[in-house]
Amino acid sequence: MTNWAEKFRMAGVYLFLGVMAFVSIFPFAWMVISSTNASVDVTKGKFTFGSAFLQNLEKLNKTFDVAQVFWNSGKIAIIGGFFTLVISSMAGYGFEVFSSKARERVYNGLLLTLMVPFAALMIPLFILMAKFDLLDTHLAVILPALASAYIIFYFRQSTKAFPPELREAARLDGLKEWQIFLFVYVPVMRSTYAAAFIIVFMAAWNNFLWPLIVLQSPELKTITLVLSSLGSAYFPDFGVIMLAAMLATLPTLVVFFAMQRQFVQGMLGSVK
Amino acid sequence: MAPKPTTSYRRFYDVNGWLFVSIALGLIGVFMAFPIVHSLWMSLHAGQGTVVEFVGVGNIVRLASDPVFLKALQNTCIFLVIQVPIMLLLALVMASCLNMPNLRFRGLLRTAVFLPCVTSLVAYSVVFKSMFSYDGLVNHALAWLGLIAEPIPWLNDPFWSKVVIIIAITWRWTGYNMIFYLAAMQNIDKSIYEAARIDGISAYRRFVSITIPNLKPVILFTTVTSTIGTLQLFDEPMNITTVGTVFSDNTLTLSMYIYNLSFKFVPNFGYAATVSYVIVLLVAALAAIQFYAARERN
Repeated sequence: MTNWAEKFRMAGVYLFLGVMAFVSIFPFAWMVISSTNASVDVTKGKFTFGSAFLQNLEKLNKTFDVAQVFWNSGKIAIIGGFFTLVISSMAGYGFEVFSSKARERVYNGLLLTLMVPFAALMIPLFILMAKFDLLDTHLAVILPALASAYIIFYFRQSTKAFPPELREAARLDGLKEWQIFLFVYVPVMRSTYAAAFIIVFMAAWNNFLWPLIVLQSPELKTITLVLSSLGSAYFPDFGVIMLAAMLATLPTLVVFFAMQRQFVQGMLGSVK
Repeated sequence: MAPKPTTSYRRFYDVNGWLFVSIALGLIGVFMAFPIVHSLWMSLHAGQGTVVEFVGVGNIVRLASDPVFLKALQNTCIFLVIQVPIMLLLALVMASCLNMPNLRFRGLLRTAVFLPCVTSLVAYSVVFKSMFSYDGLVNHALAWLGLIAEPIPWLNDPFWSKVVIIIAITWRWTGYNMIFYLAAMQNIDKSIYEAARIDGISAYRRFVSITIPNLKPVILFTTVTSTIGTLQLFDEPMNITTVGTVFSDNTLTLSMYIYNLSFKFVPNFGYAATVSYVIVLLVAALAAIQFYAARERN
């Protein structure tokens, strides 16, 4: 292959990736810029920063309590995420370390539930929550996500890298099984937990359909619900919507940039 | 591993094994297994609200002549058949570009194309809704470039509204799939490529004969997960093409129809459960076909 043909090909690659990168980033830029503009300017396609940011924030705060909504979403994502990790990591550890024929069968059944779409669950889950008298509570949002077959799978795969010698040594030292798990396994697997937490946190923070079904009271609503209701107004205020979209994206963006490696590692946990 | 287990050792082993997995199993039983069975039972019943009667296969019969269901099924299938192949191909090409050994700004480009994955579906949906509105940014840009004389009614037109949904999902998920491909490509032994290069095999042939066969399990994985995702499409059509609280027929999906049947109209949980089982069966059938196809070619 001649040298300039190779150069030509690389130019094509850079052009392709450049366009893709531009298309990927553009909506973010548009969102940030539009959040500082009034609705009329947003629809006009004004692509420079404006001075309406504070007005937008004021309007947004008038429609709903920004701090309260953030608190609701954060509470669900952090508390739900914490317990999901506790429960799923115990299960993943149990399935891997205490593997037996019976549990192997149960585990395979568990993986099968990954194929069941949420649409098939939402009506019976709704009826179940009504029976438990949990409708319109944050607990109803958190509960169904607690035992995640996906995260159990992730922890089981990661546990394969946990050295059995550590467990044997701890056992010889007279530690009980739960002590081995808590004082040996958990500290050793810190980065596994970090990766899983990001995945679980983002899923809960971004969840929409299930909170939409169970949450009614305005003071319980999460950021995605509020954003959706702003967006579906007959006369949408685009400046305010863009500001709300930015606020909804900000936490996940921060988490992503702070822990990019763990995030990708967590995602890939399912194919290794 | 361990020496041949004695009875007491086996009991200890078993008790601890079940203890560790019990909480998760209990929760999955209550919030997953029970609802699956319950909805199957519900799908044999029909009625309004809490007044239900046994109808057997009556709901299935009703499906066949329900124009709204058929519309939703058609829309969902259009999204599936057009969007998934476009997205996976794009992800594959992007990954192989990013995998080139002499590429500069690799980290920067990778982060950029991966960024959409961290936004919430609702947040990017409302951003896309504003960009594609009748007097929005996209129409302004196209007019400025001289490509259109009249603004395109992106969100109301039966054809263009589907195009917007397809563009939106592709924007959100291509980078996600790309990461799986990229990770798998980095696990392929570099010396195979070197040998092929020395033998004078073209880049295109290297891609088809080395990269693709090595990526088969990952391609299967992304195809199955993308299929499951698209069959459940809800957030995007709900937040992009819906005006007020009226779902647009042009982009109505099966999940939206289930939502309507359960929580918007007078609730008919039985019929909604039947529609939800259509999704379950589609997921199962398509996944089975994809697994079968992947095995055949091996």
